[in-house]
Amino acid sequence: MNSDAIKDLLLRVADDELIIAHRHSEWTGLGPLLEEDIAFSSIAQDKLGHAQALYSILHEKFSLATPDEMAFMRSEVDLRCCHLVELPNQDYAFSLMRHFLYDAAEYLRYSMLTKSTFEPLAQLARKVHGEIKYHLYHATTWVVQLGGNGTTESHDKMQRALDEVWPFALGMFEHGPYEEQLKTEGIFNGEDELKITWLNYVKDILNRAALIIPADAKHVLGGRHGYHTEYMAPLLLEMTEVYRTDPAAEW
Amino acid sequence: MATIISLDPRVTRMEIGVDSAQEAVPKNALDQFQTFEVFHQQKRGAHHVHVGSVHAPNSEMALVFAKEQYGRRGQTVNIWVVSTDHVLTMRGEDADVFETTPEKKYRDVAAYMVRNKVEAFKKSQKEGGDE
Repeated sequence: MNSDAIKDLLLRVADDELIIAHRHSEWTGLGPLLEEDIAFSSIAQDKLGHAQALYSILHEKFSLATPDEMAFMRSEVDLRCCHLVELPNQDYAFSLMRHFLYDAAEYLRYSMLTKSTFEPLAQLARKVHGEIKYHLYHATTWVVQLGGNGTTESHDKMQRALDEVWPFALGMFEHGPYEEQLKTEGIFNGEDELKITWLNYVKDILNRAALIIPADAKHVLGGRHGYHTEYMAPLLLEMTEVYRTDPAAEW
Repeated sequence: MATIISLDPRVTRMEIGVDSAQEAVPKNALDQFQTFEVFHQQKRGAHHVHVGSVHAPNSEMALVFAKEQYGRRGQTVNIWVVSTDHVLTMRGEDADVFETTPEKKYRDVAAYMVRNKVEAFKKSQKEGGDE
């Protein structure tokens, strides 16, 4: 199997999980109500767990750095996450909408990966399937609640969030350099197929939430090739600050 | 306007005015979501056991919250949520309806002296075996 292709795929999925975990965790202690604070923090922790599991595969099968080093010691250009996960949190509607669009893609991506010919990845995808199913259930219930069953104010906030986040969400499906190899070797069916199933799912839910997808949105690209938003540098600085004070410390 | 500088960078970024404590309007008493009682099932076929409650605007959201509050640690196979309003309970001043119950020993399994008979039977069997 093409190990460069597998490494690139694992890296972009793992880096997405790491960065969105950090953004979600910024709500810990500041959530809109106690029950939601706990649920959202728990989801953030799960995402971090997925990143760690993927970095562990990279470490064990391809001799890349340890998971901690991958998370805390790399520079911006080495990260392969999409721009959607980098954006700073705004109001809760923004974070919920990002959570919904991201988790729909994540759920469908891992569902596809359960059939991957790269067995360690297929195993991981099967293991975390139920966990991500809950994440999507959480996100979907919120979006329908605030969009379709809430007040005019909650609906307008969700629509504003959707308008802002949508072009970045489309950027999740940016091709990596090994798209064809991944498909022909049965490792991953490719971003285009994922995007089609994702669109079907989110259109149905957004429709139930009385939210309108922005027309003619452009795709925000670059993340999969190491180009990031202006928000990435400060995020990395803050996220890695403690680790970098003493990388050799035992935690 | 001066804003709060915190050790927590997230709090600093919120740009909360130093004197905003005076501006804050306290919520009215009981201005919050309704509560739902949560029942947790540990094994398939086992009883659902009451474990606590959650605040939520409706039962769908209550179930989403209950899963994380009560089902994220230890084994869980299912969860029920029931609106607290739908739980019918005896009024406090009517607690005397239960008062005579402890006296009605004949309604209690322990009141039947089966154990004595079992012990006697076991003893007779044992003695029989010794012969």
